[in-house]
Amino acid sequence: MDGYIYRISGPVVTVRGLPDAKMNDVVKVGELGLVGEVIKINGEDVIVQVYEDTSGLKPGEPTVDTEKQLSVMLGPGLMGGIYDGIQRPLDKIMEKSGDFISRGISVSPLDLKKKWSFKPTAKKGDKVSDFSIIGEVEETSMITDKIMVPIGMSGTIKSISEGDFTIDEPVAVISTDSGDKEVKLMQEWPVRYARPVKNKLPPDMPLITGQRVIDTLFPVAKGGTAAVPGPFGSGKTVIQQQLSKWSDSKVIVYVGCGERGNEMTEILSTFPELKDPKTGKPIMDRTILIANTSNMPVAAREASIYTGITIAEYYRDMGYDVALMADSTSRWAEALREISGRLEEMPGEEGYPAYLGKKISEFYERAGRVNTLNGSVGSITAIGAVSPPGGDLSDPVVQNTLRVTRVFWALDASLANARHFPSINWLNSYSLYIDNLSQWYKDTVDPEWGELYSNAMSVLQKEADINEIVQLVGYDALPESDKVTLDIAKMIREDLLQQNAFDEIDTYTSMHKQFLMLKGITLIGQKEVEAIERGVPTSQMSNIDAKAKMARMKLTPEDQIDAYFKDMQESINAIDKIKKEGE
Amino acid sequence: MSDIYYKSVKQVTNVLLFVEGIKDAAYNEVVHIKLDDGREVDGQVLDTKDGVAVIQSFGSTTGMDLSTTKVNFTGRTAKLKVSKDMIGRIFDGMGRVRDGGPQIYSDEEYDINGSAMNPYAREEPSEFIQTGISAIDAMNPLVRGQKLPIFSGSGLPHNKIAAQIARQAKLIGNNEKFNVVFGGIGLNSEEANFFINEFKDMGALENSIMFLNMSSESSMERLMLPRMALTAAEYLAYEHDTHVLVILTDMTNYCEALREVSAAREEVPGRRGFPGYMYTDLSTIYERAGKIKDKKGSITQIPILTMPGDDITNPIPDLTGYITEGQIVLSRDIFRRGMYPAIDVLLSLSRLKNQGIGKGKTREDHGNVTDQMFAAYAHGKDIRNLTEIVGEEALSEVDRQYLKFADLFESRFIKQDYYEDRTIDQSLDLGWELLSNISKSEMKRIKDAFIQKYGKWKE
Repeated sequence: MDGYIYRISGPVVTVRGLPDAKMNDVVKVGELGLVGEVIKINGEDVIVQVYEDTSGLKPGEPTVDTEKQLSVMLGPGLMGGIYDGIQRPLDKIMEKSGDFISRGISVSPLDLKKKWSFKPTAKKGDKVSDFSIIGEVEETSMITDKIMVPIGMSGTIKSISEGDFTIDEPVAVISTDSGDKEVKLMQEWPVRYARPVKNKLPPDMPLITGQRVIDTLFPVAKGGTAAVPGPFGSGKTVIQQQLSKWSDSKVIVYVGCGERGNEMTEILSTFPELKDPKTGKPIMDRTILIANTSNMPVAAREASIYTGITIAEYYRDMGYDVALMADSTSRWAEALREISGRLEEMPGEEGYPAYLGKKISEFYERAGRVNTLNGSVGSITAIGAVSPPGGDLSDPVVQNTLRVTRVFWALDASLANARHFPSINWLNSYSLYIDNLSQWYKDTVDPEWGELYSNAMSVLQKEADINEIVQLVGYDALPESDKVTLDIAKMIREDLLQQNAFDEIDTYTSMHKQFLMLKGITLIGQKEVEAIERGVPTSQMSNIDAKAKMARMKLTPEDQIDAYFKDMQESINAIDKIKKEGE
Repeated sequence: MSDIYYKSVKQVTNVLLFVEGIKDAAYNEVVHIKLDDGREVDGQVLDTKDGVAVIQSFGSTTGMDLSTTKVNFTGRTAKLKVSKDMIGRIFDGMGRVRDGGPQIYSDEEYDINGSAMNPYAREEPSEFIQTGISAIDAMNPLVRGQKLPIFSGSGLPHNKIAAQIARQAKLIGNNEKFNVVFGGIGLNSEEANFFINEFKDMGALENSIMFLNMSSESSMERLMLPRMALTAAEYLAYEHDTHVLVILTDMTNYCEALREVSAAREEVPGRRGFPGYMYTDLSTIYERAGKIKDKKGSITQIPILTMPGDDITNPIPDLTGYITEGQIVLSRDIFRRGMYPAIDVLLSLSRLKNQGIGKGKTREDHGNVTDQMFAAYAHGKDIRNLTEIVGEEALSEVDRQYLKFADLFESRFIKQDYYEDRTIDQSLDLGWELLSNISKSEMKRIKDAFIQKYGKWKE
């Protein structure tokens, strides 16, 4: 049955004549068939948020209820794709409508004609239930899709066949209590519901990112959550991009939510050329981009992070480690606020709707390391950038995010201004995973790790205290023991924490190299303290060989690092020979 | 366009009209309002439902009443007639001719709101634009297709900088000029005259399209003006393969007009009374900068805004900074010390710097030298603050070198003349010269090879 438009106010349209409409149904609005979603029903008024610009719509135009909820299409062909907030493929849209996105375009998210080669892993007579894996499709050079039985199809496999199929053709038939059902390569899932899991697992493995300040000082666990708040220009986006390039998760979902168009373009032009550090394969083969730039319709921005996390859950259910980057959740919250305002809801803090906190925690709760329904173990690590107005961390979006995330990378404008990148402030940031992960570091990296880590953190803390004194009395008035602490802290900051994302070698550092760097600095520090006790002043050690080598260590390639460290150790031992001047 | 005039106005406020009896007014449709005294005002449909349309009047509602005021619905959204004849002309915020010249006739008409550029169709900006200003070129370079705003304060020389960029901007090894589209939003007549005269003097008026909205004119027109200007820019860039530099000044007036209109609509206010959708609204202006893969033209934007109370956390600069690819920030402190163009390089940023510089684009040493100068200047400034407390005597020899560098960096590198057009080579060489005041061993961010090739240390 067709309804008609009754009222239009920006992206919010009131429709009448749809008595059977249900909440969150997708509707096609107006002559152009703009995509919208039912967000409120009030008597005969059905309130719809429209995912496209509503200029020119008139009351009286027809509206159709598709009777489906906002869903994503999941199946082979997702990898390497770039979609808008409601999973319309931007490359296909371009073929259809040119360089600018016109309205009312409908394109299938996945290629319905392409044939994929399906290899069964289950056989006739096998018992299957929700999300059971029955076969595989090699989607890209890095990702093998596990084909799963959609939910609600428990039974026995009646037939299953190997061969080439499109995503819409049946590959297996399952006899269930309610008759035979077909399994296709593709399935759909409504974005606003989390895909079910068996149970959640404790986070005890770090997500290795190759970024020293993160891996060494503030690690995030696989299946963990992290917030990256910072004022503009503090390098949020670069950090998100570095993590997508280098982190050791199998699949990356990058949601560009209300951000710059050129940033998405940069990802599109650089990612295909980048190689995965371990496999040497193009990283685009394991990446899915959701791009809803700031000037694209605001309602689709609201949907984009759900689209992203649902896709992430799909790959998690196959047993993969997935990292989801959302840049930026503040823009998503603003979209919520804008729509809430149009609905004339009672505003909470700063005009945000009162349910903001709930929406944020619901989103982060979909992350985690889990036992999936089919018995495999997968994880979603969710890393959300937050853009607080004026860098003010009391902003409701930041505060609600911090309440649910367990890692906080505090980006600092003053570090960014001094071009210290990544500008993660080592005093304000924290990771609540340190305790969960310490065993892993001990077993995998080095038994000494815990000690080196605590030592580095305490040096940085001491530096901050001493700097306050310097402000009052000047550097020269400090005792030598404080001067040497400043000296070590400087090495940690400049030679370890600072990392150049644009340098070929410096951009990624293995855990082994990070350990050697941390160890090198600690050793130099120990020797310097010993030298001071012999009466050698700090100033006499400002240009020693070991320090120069330490400074160059980050630029040393991974395969030469052991030899380099050995050579540096000799220079470090030479500190013992430094004598007090005049002796 | 229909000739039907609705006389069913049921309510008038200082900006809004409620018209009843209209069945199919389209959202955002343009209307003409006719007054009894013959005056005509344009307006736009804000909210429409079966039988009632809420109209936002672009002009003053003075003199409107319920019995004689008539409203004509045009059946179309706001559009701009575009033509190459627009070049060299001056228009108002609604795209009407304001220089007394002939009307523009054209069959081509564009919706001023444009459509969002498909991120997939974009090309990454990568061509360095030499502005001739060292603090921009060397430290925070502008790239073709970028949107780089100037964050200024009242009384600072932002207009002069914009004019200087418009005069000097070019690609290296290519003297191809930019077509300038200038959007003056809520300007006073002196500012407007400054730009008109500057453009005349530099011979740029013939290559430019100017849109001017004076401070005495309607706020609604201020909201239309940047969209008119960008529509004209898109036409030149994508239909006529030209490179367009769009200067929009002053975006603060734009945002204030947005707040005024939002308040009149009785919307829920966000921070400082600005509407919650200001970020989205600004992005539909700024995001229209860029390059498209298969097109030759490009749009580079330099929006200018004055930060109220020099406060960079005010929503206007704050939201702008989140959308644009960096910012050029002016410093009152440096300006007071008489150093035009008074750019605070540490607060400034160009996000596309790495795409635009380096071998084959500017010079191989550019990135390294810039990094070193940033670090040295930041350190030098810290030392300067420290000196105020402990005195210069307490400084180490190295710290004294940094202090000297910071002073020279401001007085020789940042400071330059309004008519001084430095090439990028000159700017970088000057940088090397200033860095030679610091010991070579402190140059941790520069590759040794560059130090040997370009360094100016006396052995």
